[in-house]
Amino acid sequence: MPRHVVALFASIFLALPCSALAQKFTVAAAADLRYALDDIAVLFRDAHPDHTFNIVYGSSGKMTTQIMNGAPYDVFFSADIAFPKRLQAAGLTATEPTVYAIGRIVVWSTVMDASSLSLQDLATDARIRRIAIAQPTHAPYGMRAQEALVSAGLWAAVEPKLVFGENIAHTAQMVESGAAEVGIIALSLALFPRLAEHPHRLIDDALHQPLTQGYVVTQRAAGNSAAVRFAQFMRTEPALEIMHRYGFVLPR
Amino acid sequence: MFGLGPEDWQAIRLTFRLCLYTTLILLVIATPLAWWLSSGRSAVRVAVQAVVALPLVLPPTVLGFYLLIALGPRGFIGGSLEAIGLQHLAFSFEGILVASVLYSMPFAVQPLTEAFNNLGRRPVEVASSLGAGPIDRFVSVILPLTRGGFVVAATLTFAHTIGEFGVILMLGGSIPGETKVLSVLIYDHAEAMNYDAAHRLSLMLLVFAFFTLFLVYGMTRRFSVARL
Repeated sequence: MPRHVVALFASIFLALPCSALAQKFTVAAAADLRYALDDIAVLFRDAHPDHTFNIVYGSSGKMTTQIMNGAPYDVFFSADIAFPKRLQAAGLTATEPTVYAIGRIVVWSTVMDASSLSLQDLATDARIRRIAIAQPTHAPYGMRAQEALVSAGLWAAVEPKLVFGENIAHTAQMVESGAAEVGIIALSLALFPRLAEHPHRLIDDALHQPLTQGYVVTQRAAGNSAAVRFAQFMRTEPALEIMHRYGFVLPR
Repeated sequence: MFGLGPEDWQAIRLTFRLCLYTTLILLVIATPLAWWLSSGRSAVRVAVQAVVALPLVLPPTVLGFYLLIALGPRGFIGGSLEAIGLQHLAFSFEGILVASVLYSMPFAVQPLTEAFNNLGRRPVEVASSLGAGPIDRFVSVILPLTRGGFVVAATLTFAHTIGEFGVILMLGGSIPGETKVLSVLIYDHAEAMNYDAAHRLSLMLLVFAFFTLFLVYGMTRRFSVARL
């Protein structure tokens, strides 16, 4: 092999790890953040053009399982702080789980005016044949939707109509396609401009446990200053303003 | 039994029902289709063969996405059903049955086409000249001579339908007893960190899959030996 080709390969292999280790990270985020965090990521990229990062969205329970099994996520934004706490208990975190927002759930539909729908209507309205919620076993928004329906005494009546999304964005997509007439989704998704064309109705948060959303920097990112900087960026004024715009209640 | 809960048994029964119906429907559809495919080499036949084989190469998400749109209330099929007063097919057992039939189609059509190709047209022509009608030709000539192809097609279809996941996740909506099949339930168990439950069902499927393939390979060997 010609010497310069060897040199080229050597420089690629030697150069990659150093630059990659310094400024590269991956964020795992609950699906309710899909639009808000995308907007925040744009701001962060403008402020720190030298950092490269990816954001992966999914259900908080799924991502916790993945991190426990070695997923290469550096920062984890969960829809329920219980999951980061579970990671902390397993010794997989580098920072204390921190609250970054409180989420809300809403009734949403693309085929009827959801702003006039009460929870009671979900059980009685004959037009409603399918109701989409997120999978309560591992998606926090699904757990809260289930709690709200149980507290309202409607669970038994609506259960035969329920279909389950893998995460809250998948749940919104089931409603968006019209295949489920209504869904219980995150306010943060219902406020995304394209989805906000269809009205929603806020569900009384006294009916369910709060959606206390927490983030944590994982063990593997302990020395990754870029990842820590991204996590802290969530508490800056411009990021908080975006979170507020997407309907999140902010801590303190 | 085996430490399985009622939810697990419900999913096992549902999966078995889905696989059984898929296999029966596909044998009915695939037999004439494979016969037609094996009776010539025209461009139309090649095109149909390619369409039938599409699920082998397409990601299940492509099939799931198109089916969700087509079978939902705004889609061509779902919308037409609604127009005549029936239910659309998204998030229903009928919906995932349609999906399974499409998804497992190549596993029924290909072994049968192969079997009919190997049989050739000679035995049928002889039977015909001896006065056998179409049904008689099929039951007493084609079926006995190609039974290996039918067994392989049925077994592979059944087994492959058990392995369906992505399409059902997108189209099914995880409704217990209706669309929450074993593969989706195992995914749920794993996500919810119920590893014991996930292990039990996964191991069961692993053993089942091995014996199915063992049966299929044993069968193909036996029948090809018999042909020699």
